[in-house]
Amino acid sequence: MLYPVLFLLLLSVVGFYLNKNKSVYLSKNQKLASLPAYYGYLAFLYIFVPAIIIWLGLLIGKSFILQNYLILTLGDSLSIMNSDEINLFMSKVKNLSLGISFGNETDLEKFAAEKIISFDKIFSLLTYLVLTLSSILAFLIARKKVIPNFKSQRTVEKIVNRFIQICSLIAILITLGIFLSLVFETLNFFSYVNPLHFLFGLNWSPNKAFVIDSAETIDKDILRDAFGIIPLLGGTLLIAFLAMIVAIPLGLMSAIYLAEYAPKKIRDFSKPVIEILAGIPTVVYGFFAALVVAPKIVMLGKSMGFEVSSESALAAGLVMGVMIIPFVSSLSDDVINAVPQSLRDGSYALGATKSETIIKVILPSALPGIIGSFLLAISRAIGETMIVVMAASLQANLTINPLEPATTITTQIVTALTGDTEFDNPKTLVAFALGLTLFFITLFLNYFALKIVKKYREIYD
Amino acid sequence: MTNLIKRKKAERRFQLYGIFAVSLSLLFVLTLIVNIFSSGIGGFYKTSFLMEIHFDQKLLKLEDNPSSEQIEDASFRKLISYNFKENFSQYSKDEIKQIKKLFYRKIDKETQSYLLKNPQYLNQKVELLFTASTDIDQIHKGNFNRNIPEKQRSINNFQLGIYDQFIETGKVKKVFNKRYFISGDSRDPESAGVASSVMGSVFTILICFLLSFPIAIFASIYLEEFAKSGKVTDLIEININNLAAVPSIIFGLLGLGILLNFFGLPRSTSLVGGMVLSFMTLPTIIVACRSSLRAVPPSIREGALALGATKNQVVFHHVLPLAMPGTLTGTIIGLARAVGETAPLLMIGMVAFIMNVPSTPLEPAVGMPAQIYLWSESAERGFIEKTSSAIILLLIFLIVVNFVSVYFRKKYEKKW
Repeated sequence: MLYPVLFLLLLSVVGFYLNKNKSVYLSKNQKLASLPAYYGYLAFLYIFVPAIIIWLGLLIGKSFILQNYLILTLGDSLSIMNSDEINLFMSKVKNLSLGISFGNETDLEKFAAEKIISFDKIFSLLTYLVLTLSSILAFLIARKKVIPNFKSQRTVEKIVNRFIQICSLIAILITLGIFLSLVFETLNFFSYVNPLHFLFGLNWSPNKAFVIDSAETIDKDILRDAFGIIPLLGGTLLIAFLAMIVAIPLGLMSAIYLAEYAPKKIRDFSKPVIEILAGIPTVVYGFFAALVVAPKIVMLGKSMGFEVSSESALAAGLVMGVMIIPFVSSLSDDVINAVPQSLRDGSYALGATKSETIIKVILPSALPGIIGSFLLAISRAIGETMIVVMAASLQANLTINPLEPATTITTQIVTALTGDTEFDNPKTLVAFALGLTLFFITLFLNYFALKIVKKYREIYD
Repeated sequence: MTNLIKRKKAERRFQLYGIFAVSLSLLFVLTLIVNIFSSGIGGFYKTSFLMEIHFDQKLLKLEDNPSSEQIEDASFRKLISYNFKENFSQYSKDEIKQIKKLFYRKIDKETQSYLLKNPQYLNQKVELLFTASTDIDQIHKGNFNRNIPEKQRSINNFQLGIYDQFIETGKVKKVFNKRYFISGDSRDPESAGVASSVMGSVFTILICFLLSFPIAIFASIYLEEFAKSGKVTDLIEININNLAAVPSIIFGLLGLGILLNFFGLPRSTSLVGGMVLSFMTLPTIIVACRSSLRAVPPSIREGALALGATKNQVVFHHVLPLAMPGTLTGTIIGLARAVGETAPLLMIGMVAFIMNVPSTPLEPAVGMPAQIYLWSESAERGFIEKTSSAIILLLIFLIVVNFVSVYFRKKYEKKW
């Protein structure tokens, strides 16, 4: 699939050298408007840019062309199928052409698969042909431009500038892609389930939808009670709250101690070591939570006479809290360090002790920034996936008791989309609605956090 | 005066809270690492038993000097049961069956590969090493308590007796588990390995790097050097900041919705995985690259401009090379984070059961962290150890990468 790109690169490099050599030759007798290399770059860009656009177009258009080609060749036999059957037929035939066979294919499907194989061959041949032709054409144009008074450097720079401008737009494209894909599938989901029932429903049991999806029409009355997001939101907030109970005191106190008290040696050692916690992959925390922390909590609970679930919110929350400590501590550290020394000196001059200075002067003046860092940490906790997928429960449970099992939005997104991914049933589509909710929650938190932090910075800078 | 003593006490208390917080955080790091390492280091070794095997030509139905193909076609089942009968002739048929369960169930394949490597063994009696079954492996490594009631363990008292006999006669050996590094996933913990997931991660990160690195650099150059402040530039800046804070699972949904469903790219492949991770890494690299571009002093730019360079030449020939070390450090950190990212891989199906080691990014693959997730969900006890071992490999990799990035920064960072 990627060979055409390499092929194009090769052609472009050849074009570069041909043009460059010609201009080097020319420059022996007369002065060119630009350095010889720029005539080479011109050829490279002229060949590469249009050809790669053509290639991308062919790549995207391929499946469409293939479908029409098959309908043309198989004509009659496909005309009796409806669109769903055609889609099924297509995916089966495509698998067959890749050599994935389930042994139950009809002759028609085998025939179509052979057609696809021959089509693939012709198509790739055609691709190379088109690419070569466009490259030759482009090269001829670029070749014409190797004349003394053509300012190729200016043209090359214009193209390059346009290109890097497009690169910077990719950030917008990604955001747009996230938004569109989420919104599109969410609207699809809302055609099954009323948005109000989704946002305010108190009951989460998506398996109800799974039981009835074999029936032709889905009974909306059953769906009404199956996709309520409130229990998930409750579980998410409960676990995030538990995480913050661990992370905020530990993170903040560590930051204060390291910034104000610790000797340089201890600070230089402790800061990077605590930051290791932020670099450990979350799947490792999840493993740790599920296999080490959760059984310990169950054991501890038993010895104290509590009934603790093995998938309690507590285990996931505690481990998540440990993960978040470095976020809180390093962000708070930045903010505390940004408080001007004059405030400290003033406080000391009035006879305050160090701790009094910290509590009554530094923290209040750093407060907006610290709150901003808490918000960022909360948003991190809400969006965290692997720890809760591995350690939290799958069962929705609207509770504030940390010893009981609880589930989260992210856990349910993962359960909805792993396994079967047919996109015609609310059980899988709900993942996108949950994703959109999550996206908005984190966006909101981050927006506020950054706004607070920014506002605070303006005061002292 | 009492007031001062009180305040001094409060001061000491406050400082103690701080020390407590820092040491507790350090303790967490220590617990996590010690726990993972102590439970996972054993996974690099496996328990094996020495057993004498008589490679009887007749039982294998092989001719003299058989070719490798003939050995591959031969069935070793009969040979194995014959040898068990010979070696444990004092036991009943049923007991031999139980003894056999102490060995890895594919012992016939192991015997076959011995003969393939050493054809001269034919018709000889050789003492060879055979992999123990995962249950006995876990008991031998001390991961499983053998003193619990017989009904609660998969190894019964008779089998334990035989195992003790093996130990007394020095037939139990701990050998390096080479298979763990060269084979793919498997249903049996004895033969499961990380090779396919390591390859999957390598391809994923390669794609991620190839996509995100150039785009991020070009985007940063544009934003830092060329863009005029305006609505579009502001919008891009806001977007980059937002992308850095979007939960990783949302990127997985993007990959599923756009790359798989809309563009029809192949599911479960490193290509899609790399693309999704590159969306996540892009903001990190852009932020790092922009701050290093900003750190290049204006005198460099002005000097180049004064010598007649165009704006593009100034940026690409002078500013960018000077900003490279900082950018590379940021890139390494971003890629290291991408290596450990699991949630997006779950969304695009990179959590499949993959036995073959993929050789191109277009084959179905599984990432290293996704493999860890898969194994940790497995009920078999042996897989817990494998999971910890895989985590050790991942952590070692991340630690090395971080040291490299620190080294880079120390070596090439310039203070202007």
